[in-house]
Amino acid sequence: MANAEKKALKVSDEVVIDIEGMNKWYGQFQVLRDINLTVYRGERIVICGPSGSGKSTLIRCINRLEEHQKGRIVVDGIELSNDLKKVDEVRREVGMVFQHFNLFPHLTVLENCTLAPIWVRKTPKAEAEALAMKFLTRVKIPEQALKYPGQLSGGQQQRVAIARALCMNPRVMLFDEPTSALDPEMIKEVLEVMVDLAESGMTMICVTHEMAFARQVANRVIFMDQGQIVEQNTPEEFFTNPQSDRTKLFLSQILH
Amino acid sequence: MTQTRNNIAFVRTADAPLLPAPRNMTGVVGWMRENLFPTPLNALASVLIGGFLIWQIWGVIDWALVRGVFFGEDREACITPPREGVQPGACWAFIGAKFHQFIYGFYPFEERWRVDVLAVVFAGLLAALAVPRVPYKLYTGITFVFGLPILAEILLYGGTFGLAAVDTNKWGGLLLTMVVAVSGIVLSLPLGVLLALGRRSEMPIVRYFCIAFIEIWRGVPLITVLFMASIMLPLFLPQGMNTDKMLRIIIGVALFSSAYMAETVRGGLQAIPKGQYEAAKALGLGYWRMTLLIILPQALKIVIPGIVNTFISLFKDTTLVLVVGLFDFLGIIQAGAADQKWVSAETARSGYFVAALVYWAFCFSVSRYSIHMERRLATGHRR
Repeated sequence: MANAEKKALKVSDEVVIDIEGMNKWYGQFQVLRDINLTVYRGERIVICGPSGSGKSTLIRCINRLEEHQKGRIVVDGIELSNDLKKVDEVRREVGMVFQHFNLFPHLTVLENCTLAPIWVRKTPKAEAEALAMKFLTRVKIPEQALKYPGQLSGGQQQRVAIARALCMNPRVMLFDEPTSALDPEMIKEVLEVMVDLAESGMTMICVTHEMAFARQVANRVIFMDQGQIVEQNTPEEFFTNPQSDRTKLFLSQILH
Repeated sequence: MTQTRNNIAFVRTADAPLLPAPRNMTGVVGWMRENLFPTPLNALASVLIGGFLIWQIWGVIDWALVRGVFFGEDREACITPPREGVQPGACWAFIGAKFHQFIYGFYPFEERWRVDVLAVVFAGLLAALAVPRVPYKLYTGITFVFGLPILAEILLYGGTFGLAAVDTNKWGGLLLTMVVAVSGIVLSLPLGVLLALGRRSEMPIVRYFCIAFIEIWRGVPLITVLFMASIMLPLFLPQGMNTDKMLRIIIGVALFSSAYMAETVRGGLQAIPKGQYEAAKALGLGYWRMTLLIILPQALKIVIPGIVNTFISLFKDTTLVLVVGLFDFLGIIQAGAADQKWVSAETARSGYFVAALVYWAFCFSVSRYSIHMERRLATGHRR
């Protein structure tokens, strides 16, 4: 398939994220079991699975919003540990978009986008604002820059959240169910921005239920269940020829 | 129309007209009809309560203005009936004669300009901070928090720059009230914020220290704190380390209110959704930047009513310094009313009236300002 070749071409050999034998518990309850995952630069990975399968927890471990207890996570050559300095270094290079946007309500859209570049990257204010406007234009809402998040629709807020993450020039973008909290008519505008981002060569890991999006942009689909990676494959193989029974069951439930 | 009884299919062909609201729901008459006289029983209640209020207010006006004594050299004026068969009212002559003492206490007469200068600087800085249009808020704030206490020390206490030293036992009246209240407020807010953050810290030693501090200070009455500060503490301190009584009182008041402040602020911190912390962390902000740039601005905004509540109660609680022999605004009025030269049936009453009016005016302005700030800062849910 020509499309698949095009996707494959963009992927390099450079490892951005390397997860090895990672396990995580909440108290006595094990939420992630023996996770092994290597992400190469330029990859677009979609993680799907039933609720409670650990998909969100997995990507939240990548920027250490959650701690893992066993195994190794190396992001951009830095191993995640209790060393807060290293954690902050990783977080600077990893952008994250949340299900509920989590914009800062007391700051304008522009200030949301310039805050981290100014305070973390020490970018001069004017430069940070120019950068923010560039990314706000890219997510198609430059005219909202001086409004507060509470004045925007859900779809607009999520696009601001994407711009805010991009302003740090991250090497990887993590998306934690970015369209799940949106009204149906707003999902498309956010997905369009994500497709555009994927086509620009950004390394992305998306937890999402948008299977059309997975088909269109992912080069790899990962299916998780009960804290484990059950199956991973190219989207073509994954959707047309699922191997495991659990994958088949899941697909039959979401693709009516 | 297109809608018929037996056909559930319906297509609107013309927009329904937009109608004006059914009746005039505004206007004074409409408001009164709706709120004061909606039913005969309510109308009766309105008339009775209104009549009672007018009667009471007239009583105050009669006492304060019609029968009030405005001029006089001593108590004679306030016990002499102004006309045949009329009781003398409020003794304003007493207030006028003692006015300077109410403001400055026993501060030496020739040094009182120092207090005036400080008051002007204080008012200027406060206005610059309070009025949103004035720029350089950060520098003004720093001057207010760090510069003003130094200036106050130089001017009020003296002893340097050729200024005569004025011992704190000569301070009194509104001056003392303001010094204790403003220092208490300025010290207790940052301290309270730190304690609130500490109480939520992940470091157990910090957390337990803050919990212990807050619970101990909150569990003790302010009068106990004041007695401890003024009488007990000097007994424990080594000889020669006897700090100024006023300073000890200020620190006591500040620590006491910081415990309350901490709990108020903690309420605000708990109201901030977890997602705000996560978003800040995900952008690479460390603990202090996250706290100062993201969490505190939101948390403090939520608890403005609580903070102002603490401020107001601190301001009024300063009257308790009376029990350790300091004469604050209320204390000095009380002392003045006992002056043999002015004793009369109305002297104390007039004094307390003025005290109540001044305290109320201060607290009410603070309250109005805080409501104004709440509205101005409300960005979160604006649509």
